[in-house]
Amino acid sequence: MTLDLFEKFDPILNDYNSLPAGEANPFTVSMEKVLSPTTAIINGRETILAGTNNYMGMTFNEECMQAARDALDALGTGTTGSRVLNGTYNSHKQLEETLKAFYDAEHAIVFSTGYQANLGVIATVAGPKDYVVIDADSHASIYDGCAMGNATVVRFKHNDPDNLDKRLARIRKSDPQAGILVVLEGVYSMLGDQAPLKELTKISKNHNAHILVDEAHSIGVFGETGRGVAQAQGVEDQVDFIVGTFSKSVGTIGGYCVSNHPKFEALRLVCRPYMFTASLPPSVVASATKALELIANSNLRARLLDNSMKLNRGLARAGFDMGTTGESPIAAIIVKSQEMAIAFWGEMIREGVYVNLALPPATPNGLNLMRCSLSAAHTVEQIDYMLEKFILVGRRLGLLQDAPELALA
Amino acid sequence: MTQNVDRIFDQICELIKPFNKKNVVISKDTYFSVDLELDSLAVMDLLSEIEDEFDITIPLNLLPDLETVGQFTEAVEKLLSEQ
Repeated sequence: MTLDLFEKFDPILNDYNSLPAGEANPFTVSMEKVLSPTTAIINGRETILAGTNNYMGMTFNEECMQAARDALDALGTGTTGSRVLNGTYNSHKQLEETLKAFYDAEHAIVFSTGYQANLGVIATVAGPKDYVVIDADSHASIYDGCAMGNATVVRFKHNDPDNLDKRLARIRKSDPQAGILVVLEGVYSMLGDQAPLKELTKISKNHNAHILVDEAHSIGVFGETGRGVAQAQGVEDQVDFIVGTFSKSVGTIGGYCVSNHPKFEALRLVCRPYMFTASLPPSVVASATKALELIANSNLRARLLDNSMKLNRGLARAGFDMGTTGESPIAAIIVKSQEMAIAFWGEMIREGVYVNLALPPATPNGLNLMRCSLSAAHTVEQIDYMLEKFILVGRRLGLLQDAPELALA
Repeated sequence: MTQNVDRIFDQICELIKPFNKKNVVISKDTYFSVDLELDSLAVMDLLSEIEDEFDITIPLNLLPDLETVGQFTEAVEKLLSEQ
């Protein structure tokens, strides 16, 4: 008898089938209507969106929407082609110019998603004789970029400079000439912790390694002009490649890589995730270009981090086991069991708050998280509402004991 | 050679201890996934411990072929002999 190709998925399907039915099932949530960057109708109920990575609230920015409408009218719904065929419009080149200006960089390449930017750059830049050295808590797109490429892949302990140093020293000892790409993230999305880029870039440069920093969750959020953690920590001149996404602070979809490497443009000729997919639609390109201009001159960063600190402090004061500190836009509570986390999520959605249910292996250290990503567009009232519902559900499920009033003070 | 492999095996068994939550008796045929119930992240964490113990680089690229303690032992022995 031949094997059913799908038999290997039985364990995961069994887990899936044990999830609660109906609206408490986190994998069936669907936005019936999106009212604003922070509110939607879900299950017929107005719901606060507390987990959308929409850090700047850019999705409904009037200037961005108008730019997208104009581009839609002028250039149509899509390019139907790759960047290397018919899919490069003047506006794609303009977006790359805007990125170069935003980062004060020599080169910029736009990809169709942030995932593809990591996939393409990592898999292409590091070849068969090279090494990629990645943080243990790297995003799936980084792991997948490694899997797609032919380089030797080495992993170091999350945010641990000594652990990185040891690994680079071993590689250099056995292979003094090898090309090495160290891949870091500005902000790690699950717990919002920053990479200690000063230490990590210094060690990498000591071993003559190239450095890539993924600023997906930090563009717009950190740095004087919103370039991210490398700017905030003052190490931009040490970083060889910055990768990022338009799908969070920029409010649309797409990815990019910027660099000062003199031969960087070669990627357009060899990078398969760049070449073998259609380019971004003109409306997306137009809104991304406008959003980057707005972000560079924005005063929303302080507002965003204030919002996050308020929710983080409130949750901590209420007695939740915190995974985050409030120094990033992420607020996450740790829930002991997966079953409890799923139940918590279901109660929150019934109460009109959408948060992210984040479970291993997507989370570090096997943690089950209720994860919120704050937005500069959240109002104080919305944050109070989230807090109130967290406390209500926390008490209902027995995670919190008493005196929740203190948290709202 | 055999002696060397046995010593490596013993050292790896020592490193597995904190990961061996159910106190499974370890042999060279012990599977990380089935017997020790380790997920891919835990296996990578163990790999990291083994790298530091033996002061070698174990590329993640090798992981698909390292399903048992015995296979890990042989890989370490090979990497050490190549130094």
